[in-house]
Amino acid sequence: MSFEQFMDKAISEWMKGNGPQSEIVISSRVRIARNLDGFPFPMLSTSSQAKQVVQRVYEVLQEDLQNLPEFKNARLIQMDDLQDLDKRVLMEKHLISPHLADESRHGAVILSQDESISIMINEEDHLRVQCLFSGFQLEEAWELANRLDDAFEQKLNYAFDETHGYLTSCPTNVGTGIRASVMVHLPALAMTGHINQLLPAIAQVGLAVRGIYGEGSETLGNLYQISNQVTLGQTEMEIIDKLKGVVRQVIEHEQRARRQVMERSPIQLEDRVLRSLGILKYSRMIDSKEAMSRLSDVRLGIDLGFIQGIQASVMNELMVMTRPGFLQKYAQQRLEPGERDVRRSVLIRERLSMENAH
Amino acid sequence: MQCQECGKRPATLHYTKIINGEKSQFHLCEVCAQEHGEAIPGWNHNFSIHHLLSGFLNLDSTGQGSEEGLGPRSQVLRCPTCGLTYNQFGKIGRFGCSDCYATFGKRLGPLFRRVHGHTTHRGKVPARTGGKLKLRREIEQLQLSLERCVQREEFEEAARLRDRIRTLKQKIEEQA
Ligand SMILES: [Zn+2]
Ligand SMILES: [Zn+2]
Repeated sequence: MSFEQFMDKAISEWMKGNGPQSEIVISSRVRIARNLDGFPFPMLSTSSQAKQVVQRVYEVLQEDLQNLPEFKNARLIQMDDLQDLDKRVLMEKHLISPHLADESRHGAVILSQDESISIMINEEDHLRVQCLFSGFQLEEAWELANRLDDAFEQKLNYAFDETHGYLTSCPTNVGTGIRASVMVHLPALAMTGHINQLLPAIAQVGLAVRGIYGEGSETLGNLYQISNQVTLGQTEMEIIDKLKGVVRQVIEHEQRARRQVMERSPIQLEDRVLRSLGILKYSRMIDSKEAMSRLSDVRLGIDLGFIQGIQASVMNELMVMTRPGFLQKYAQQRLEPGERDVRRSVLIRERLSMENAH
Repeated sequence: MQCQECGKRPATLHYTKIINGEKSQFHLCEVCAQEHGEAIPGWNHNFSIHHLLSGFLNLDSTGQGSEEGLGPRSQVLRCPTCGLTYNQFGKIGRFGCSDCYATFGKRLGPLFRRVHGHTTHRGKVPARTGGKLKLRREIEQLQLSLERCVQREEFEEAARLRDRIRTLKQKIEEQA
């Protein structure tokens, strides 16, 4: 497979980096958890019950949902049919969870063609409907998830009671079953150090923040995910609006920090982002930690106009495609960490040269 | 910011918990958060609320053994549908089926208040099966608007809302 073909298959809608405020917001996601009445939750379901759940959901997909334009060419993928590497790639694209990949019984996922919709079956709950868009499109993601939920509910009896709302396996999801999250790129706040005040402030209003892509306590590429924690006692719109409001403030802070850095030390900044571009272009080995931080620099350089002729989306794509699963998928073989560093630099150079060629 | 627990690693998990009505802030590194048995819910994160739960549910103080083996069966709180006991729920932090909610009912209030700050659902209701509840929610909303109209002396609108509320109430009675 040529690199272009591989790329073509690898890119989900959310990685295209073209939504509103995409210079800071990478992606917006809404996920709702639902369970079917009359079946134990997946943790306790027998193999035959788990199969029945997949069957029920698949029937609804075929009979009803496939008429919706969003589900044209949608596919159902069973975890039992996938190689480990293919599962990893879906995980790195945020289309399935590690739990679905490794711990589910007859887990499955329905993916829309552009992969903005992913419906996990037999994850911790029977159904996890996820809508994932690029840029700042939380409300849009909720509206779509809500519509899909209505479509399923026409045919499936949900576990629901008046007091607790939608019943979920974990008490942290009960009620609305909604988890809304936004992935933001905050390099300037990291440079000025203001990130250390901002993150606790976000936590203080009851939202969760965490670095992503890091292993252990690290945060790679200055990427953070902000999400709601409360699912019970607030309406879906209240939850979405609150998160939206906080993210709007985060965007403003990051914009202010970018102006500040530009005013105070423009030459240092230009030097830094161009050095990082140089390393991405010319290195022959690069580990994932360095790759992420260089990609973050270059992305900032593009946003601030220091780097021209490279689309911002290249960085979004490479942040995903330089993960270990992707690298091994592209190489079509298992790779030791040292080999991955070599392959990673090759992949980055191929992607960047494709950009310059156009 | 450093982790408040070990002081060595940078704190990446920041959250607020409401304990007995008082807000406490936590700034932990991933390692210490894991050790606390807590982490932040979010995608790609297998998070365990084991300790949070078991410290909170007034679990059988005699421990695991008594519940399964020695104690009289009648005293064990067990979901009749899936067989999960209350102690097991406390240990794994997951319900086994939808009937667990009714079975463990009253004991769950403090847990929900701690995790969510609330105990009652106010969000979406299933369109097809949630019929009456959906109507009641709509009536509540209309009644709020009605009060506002009356305060602003918008009597025409108030009359319209009153009619609408009456229609919905009739609908509920018809369904009963
Ligand atoms: Zn620590
Ligand atoms: Zn049960």
